[in-house]
Amino acid sequence: MTAHGSPYVPHTDAEIEAMLSAVGAADETALFDIPEGVRFDGEFEIPARSEQAVRALVEGTLSGNDDLVEFLGRGHHDHYVPSMVEHLADRSEFLTSYTQYQPEVAQGFLQALFEYQSLLVELTGLEVANCSMYDAASALGEAATLAARVRAASGDRVLVPAHLQAGRRRTLENYVAGHDVTVESYPMTDGNADVDALDAMVDEETLLVYAETPTVRGAIEERLAAIGEVADRANALFAVGSDPVALSVLRPPADVGADVVVGDAAALGVPTAYGFGIGLFACREAFLRQVPGRLVGAAADDSGRRAYTLTLQTREQHIRRERATSNICTNQAWVALRVAMHAAWLGPDGLVDLANDCVTEARELAARVDDVSGVRAPVHDRHHFREFPARTDRPASAVAADLRAAGHAVHVVGDHEIQICATGTTADERDAFVAALEEAAR
Amino acid sequence: MTDDDADSTSDGTPGEPLRYDQARWTEDADTYEPLLAEKTLDTVDVDSPLPDELTRETLELPALAEPELARHYTRLSAMNYGVESGPVPLGSCTMKHNPAFIEDVAATPAGLVHPDRVGETVQGTLELLYRLQDYLGRIGGMDAVTLQPPAGAAGEFTGIRIARAFHRADGDERSEVLIPDSAHGTNFASAAMAGYDVVTLPSGEDGRVDLDALEAALSGETAALMLTNPNTLGLFERDIRDIAEMVHDVGGLLYYDGANLNALLGRARPGDMGFDVMHYNVHKTFATPHGGGGPGAGPVGVTDDLARFLPDPHVRKTDGRYERYTPEGTIGKVHGYEGNWLVLVKAFAYIARLGDAGLADASAKAVLNANYLAERIDYEVPFGPFHHEFVASAGETDAADVAKRMLDYGVHPPTTKWPEIVDEALMTEPTESESKRTLDQLTAAFDAARGDDEAARADAPERTAARRIDQVAAARNPRLSWQALEDV
Repeated sequence: MTAHGSPYVPHTDAEIEAMLSAVGAADETALFDIPEGVRFDGEFEIPARSEQAVRALVEGTLSGNDDLVEFLGRGHHDHYVPSMVEHLADRSEFLTSYTQYQPEVAQGFLQALFEYQSLLVELTGLEVANCSMYDAASALGEAATLAARVRAASGDRVLVPAHLQAGRRRTLENYVAGHDVTVESYPMTDGNADVDALDAMVDEETLLVYAETPTVRGAIEERLAAIGEVADRANALFAVGSDPVALSVLRPPADVGADVVVGDAAALGVPTAYGFGIGLFACREAFLRQVPGRLVGAAADDSGRRAYTLTLQTREQHIRRERATSNICTNQAWVALRVAMHAAWLGPDGLVDLANDCVTEARELAARVDDVSGVRAPVHDRHHFREFPARTDRPASAVAADLRAAGHAVHVVGDHEIQICATGTTADERDAFVAALEEAAR
Repeated sequence: MTDDDADSTSDGTPGEPLRYDQARWTEDADTYEPLLAEKTLDTVDVDSPLPDELTRETLELPALAEPELARHYTRLSAMNYGVESGPVPLGSCTMKHNPAFIEDVAATPAGLVHPDRVGETVQGTLELLYRLQDYLGRIGGMDAVTLQPPAGAAGEFTGIRIARAFHRADGDERSEVLIPDSAHGTNFASAAMAGYDVVTLPSGEDGRVDLDALEAALSGETAALMLTNPNTLGLFERDIRDIAEMVHDVGGLLYYDGANLNALLGRARPGDMGFDVMHYNVHKTFATPHGGGGPGAGPVGVTDDLARFLPDPHVRKTDGRYERYTPEGTIGKVHGYEGNWLVLVKAFAYIARLGDAGLADASAKAVLNANYLAERIDYEVPFGPFHHEFVASAGETDAADVAKRMLDYGVHPPTTKWPEIVDEALMTEPTESESKRTLDQLTAAFDAARGDDEAARADAPERTAARRIDQVAAARNPRLSWQALEDV
């Protein structure tokens, strides 16, 4: 600690004196033009600590978390993140840089974001991807407000699947509340969209139809093209929710009529981190000037060499203010960098292998769970990706509590339903998990 | 990278500006660091355990080994400028030093848990969130703080949704949010997203809120006035108590945009000034890295009267245990889970490291640095007295050209051409992290950039990874992926 209070302030006493003298102030306090009535003379009562003490404080506090093996997913998934991502993304030229408003000194980050956008273009089949939204929930909210802007006819309904992570649904509701748009659920049948029921619900007032693959319950949606046709007949936009791992093997959403693709790209690039994510957002070129968030484009510099720059900024809040396509400014750029690095590290073969593992490992674990007395899995007769629900004879909360006591965390998704996620990070724990389930389900 | 012969003499006379050469890929004059897709692009046939009708046929992406990727990203990093490359005095952005240790704190394995865990099994996580809520409440003078908004603009949106819920709870439907013309663009966009009409207030002659204009704009339709204090000119709104009273007299709420909070730590608190709701930009004030544009976090503080409208869930302490609960009048959710955990931990670590004395010192040096730099540079700097930032005028010279030339002198330029109430504005916030020596180098860069002849400025930058980029052409012919480039 320096004599001055903050360890991150470089000034010497002599420099402080010289600077005060230069500005004609007697002391630092004299620089503050704050009327007496609103001056703060108290203390926060926050003690200063050494770096070592802060690390010990945080580690000590977080040691209050139970050490559970998490078979958890439902939109927030854990895949192994290669060390290269951590080490290269932490290079301070990336980590400590600002938004690329001076592109000439930010070519490195701009190119990485351009490569991230290109990755999503390949995975979604759509022409345009932005450099990130906050998370899947806000990306879905932005898809709905985009629909409200671009749809020729007026309308006020957004239709979403009954199987939808609550945080996504409720964030969406907040995003559209200012536009007097309402969110309604269409029913599911055996884990997939009930397309007939959806067809009966869709009308001229429908702005957007949203479907996910995989769904929050891990089921791959088998009738995306039919859902897209239903939306199309009503001139509604069709948005598909997915993630970059699933999209490595699934049909590109553009092929089944998607106008917009959203989702959480943090299946790559970052570990499970208490819901920390990155919203992926891609759409058809027709909506280019209505896209929310930042876009990186290829350009040329004065010497004719290729260069990159933020582009089409007149959509954004710092220029368009209350008529901007979104209020987003700070986004998840550094996470986008990590996602791009992770995807590049895997390469196309690695991505396909990882995605296939998500299918086979969920299938294999479901079969083992189904063999446990008192449990049936999967609940739905569908293809699953990473995770699946299981029906329990005992109340699900009791089964989950017993599993917790044995060191395993699962979701409770119904009175007699738990949900189990099987990504590679828990591969070595599955025997113990199944053994614990045999006890807990009995 | 830099030719460090600048001589900053002991009496503070700026020496020659730095010369700066940023790395660039120069295998030959016409090339550049290739895109991954230009190094290799593999098309693999997708063979999957899923039925063919559900799967794609091929996937076409780069296939490179780790050594090649390591070199690619390292080269890209060398073509990027961060706070550890040199000063980044962008106004209202608070580009201060990001302590290295907060990265390690955020990576604490015990904190990397799934948000769907039941509260009893994540007591450590909830305790840390609770402690950060408490710290931020004390710093801002607020009674309750939510950590859920993932960025400053998300915090604004959250705060205005809370204002709406507050009015509606009284059966009071209001239609307008008032915002000064010098405010950040996000204020306008967030208020509009929340469903309000925006009424823009012209600044007064002294650069502050014009009380007569405010009086004329206030009515029973006023849901809130959004203010940042000090404002974007670095000026403290001296009449803040009167402003609060005027807004409250018509039943409106006063919203504090925390972008400029770094000016006030330990000196004044929004809660004491009469603000009802505020957001904090932890990626500015509390030193979490900007990451090339994010992630940030935008916690929102409120008074007791508004606490019941906070997002769901909120964390409280009951009988020594930490629990999530749903505030009774909650606005719902503004993030799929509970916010940007990795950023929040870093902010907690920074605050816990500095404590009262460190936080107050950070603001004192931020204000000292801004005033010193404003005094040193050979530019007109209207208004005053300044706090953490100021807006210099390049006068007859194009501010954007000055900024491009500054890049050649080894510094990142200020925010340019905004706010518009200053001609050819250079909005400058040096932060507390810069030494006197660096400020003298910045001064030299400011003055040299403006002193150079017009041709030199028009040609700038010449020492960066790219020369001046034609942004108009880029927008006219958008090419947003390597798939859209003809030569990949």
